[in-house]
Amino acid sequence: MGNTLFDKVWDSHVVTQIEGGPSVVYIDRHLIHEVTSPQAFAGIGHRGIQVFRPENTVATPDHNVPTLNQHLPIQDQLSAMQVKTLAQNTEKYGITHYGLGHPYQGVVHVVGPELGLTQPGMTIVCGDSHTSTHGAFGSVAFGIGTSEVEMVLASQCIMQPKPKKMRITVDGELQKGVQAKDIILYIISKISTSGGTGYFVEFAGSAIRNLTMEGRMTVCNMSIEMGARGGHIAPDDVTFEYIKGREFAPKGKDWEKKLAYWKTLKSDDDAVFDLELKYEASDIEPMITYGTNPGMGIGITGSIPRVESVDESTKATYLKSLKYMGFEAGTPMVGKEVNYVFVGSCTNGRIEDLRAFTQFVKGKKKAENVVAWIVPGSRQVEKQAKEEGLDKLLEEAGFELRQPGCSACLAMNDDKVPEGLYSVSTTNRNFEGRQGPGSRTMLASPITAAAAAVTGKVTDPRDLMY
Amino acid sequence: MPIDKFISLRSACVPLPVENVDTDQIIPARFLKATTRDGFGDNLFRDWRYDKQNQPVADFILNDPKYSGRILVGGKNFGSGSSREHAAWAIHDFGFKVVVSSFFADIFKNNALNNGLLPVQVSEKFLAALFSAIGKNPATEVEVDLETQTITLLETGDSESFDINPYKKKCLINGYDDIDYLLSIKDKIEAFETGREN
Repeated sequence: MGNTLFDKVWDSHVVTQIEGGPSVVYIDRHLIHEVTSPQAFAGIGHRGIQVFRPENTVATPDHNVPTLNQHLPIQDQLSAMQVKTLAQNTEKYGITHYGLGHPYQGVVHVVGPELGLTQPGMTIVCGDSHTSTHGAFGSVAFGIGTSEVEMVLASQCIMQPKPKKMRITVDGELQKGVQAKDIILYIISKISTSGGTGYFVEFAGSAIRNLTMEGRMTVCNMSIEMGARGGHIAPDDVTFEYIKGREFAPKGKDWEKKLAYWKTLKSDDDAVFDLELKYEASDIEPMITYGTNPGMGIGITGSIPRVESVDESTKATYLKSLKYMGFEAGTPMVGKEVNYVFVGSCTNGRIEDLRAFTQFVKGKKKAENVVAWIVPGSRQVEKQAKEEGLDKLLEEAGFELRQPGCSACLAMNDDKVPEGLYSVSTTNRNFEGRQGPGSRTMLASPITAAAAAVTGKVTDPRDLMY
Repeated sequence: MPIDKFISLRSACVPLPVENVDTDQIIPARFLKATTRDGFGDNLFRDWRYDKQNQPVADFILNDPKYSGRILVGGKNFGSGSSREHAAWAIHDFGFKVVVSSFFADIFKNNALNNGLLPVQVSEKFLAALFSAIGKNPATEVEVDLETQTITLLETGDSESFDINPYKKKCLINGYDDIDYLLSIKDKIEAFETGREN
């Protein structure tokens, strides 16, 4: 019996296996940010030990940072303190830190890939559940808690049981107007937010293979939203081409050596998965969520399920979530009011997302009733957007390109959607209060967000495409 | 550094019969700005527990004087979403020692175990019986015994066994800490690094 991609990467990183217990897994790359690391550093200090391999950790502040006037001191004192604490801790322990104002600062999961820190076959962790993003490169990448951040700082290892393996295959051609985001929202709507729990997922099939690296990152990013430990995609020429020449990519002879290894990173033909799921790309419409978890998504031309069609066991959750959203069962999504549009985050804050959004709104005007936040995922994305003139095109259409950070994805900074108002957001979670207390979030792709931004209501983007 | 030990517990329960309780509900993001582990219990379930004027919502379980105890009983898929360990800290800091559900999200479960908070996964049937018993009598007591891996509804004697990784069980019973263990095998980790370079 052959090995899966996951087996190959995981097994080659097991330092030791505790009998009847977890594996001790060596971590190649550790990413940290300001929110989930301070208590881990405090633990290291309390134990009186040093960071074991400081060169394997990279830090950048993202969750708390403002998206305007980043050159000024952060107004929120608690946010300012967390950002300062990250700078102090990384300085103290000799860890690379891309602070505010640094050309490499940004959302940690956007920064890793664009700098070439993320590479196939690596184990990558971060105290953030969307670490699964890095799986797009054929790494084993997943989110950890702060106790585990401390473990990595102390020993470059974590202790976890090996998860089960699942393969999700999406074959065929995507319809016009359907993006990577729609693929993953579609899958989660099919298997629910707990359907992947206990598994590590490999995404495969022609529809996945035909995605760009950035599209693949969007898909892997939301693996956690189905409960999976992580998700990844076998690396191929698209992957290698993306990595080549980036700041921390291997160079010269080292590149050749790494490339030869990376080419072996795929599931063997006779590899066995604990669960296999298959979907047809042509079945996928532009998706939008109507409820308060990412599994509550439907094709944009659809209607919110009727009460009688909902399974008895989930009926209470379903009704609670419609009440929160202020939606009625059985009503269509198209035409619903939109007050806010947010484009950004580790899910859809990369250059291709900004290009897609800009291309869509070019020559149109932002709807008067909509407040829009267009937030690049990193300083590099921001720079490139400006080089390509996207900022000007956005301005002409009534939009403003802001500065990088997690922003309204989780509203730890000032970008909060007010209570009771509706947001179409390119992010990953529509939980109650996620974008600010009482905020109502509908998750969608960048172009579905663009369609909402110019019409002021939920709109099928295909209706506005030529 | 030792963690809190857990051997057994007999307590009344606080019922939260809601599915998919995500970590944004357990502790909203705006309360993650501390740089220490303490005090998160004050904001546990903040937006369900307090209204816009910061007044306690009378019928929310944590504000309802008829419920008390150190066991939180939640609906299916408890702890989904963000990896924030602050969720486990908040529940523990509030005073809970055990969370019972029919299904736990992966990262939450790990975080709980790393903080001396025991996640007990029971069958849907047992969970329903538990909610029903607490509904009828809020003083209903439950015993959780980690040694024998059983949870018992004392009133009826209904009992179920639960799974836990044997290593984690040993850690909880003895208060062992993973980092102490990892530091103790540093030579193995270094040998692994050397082996990979060659």
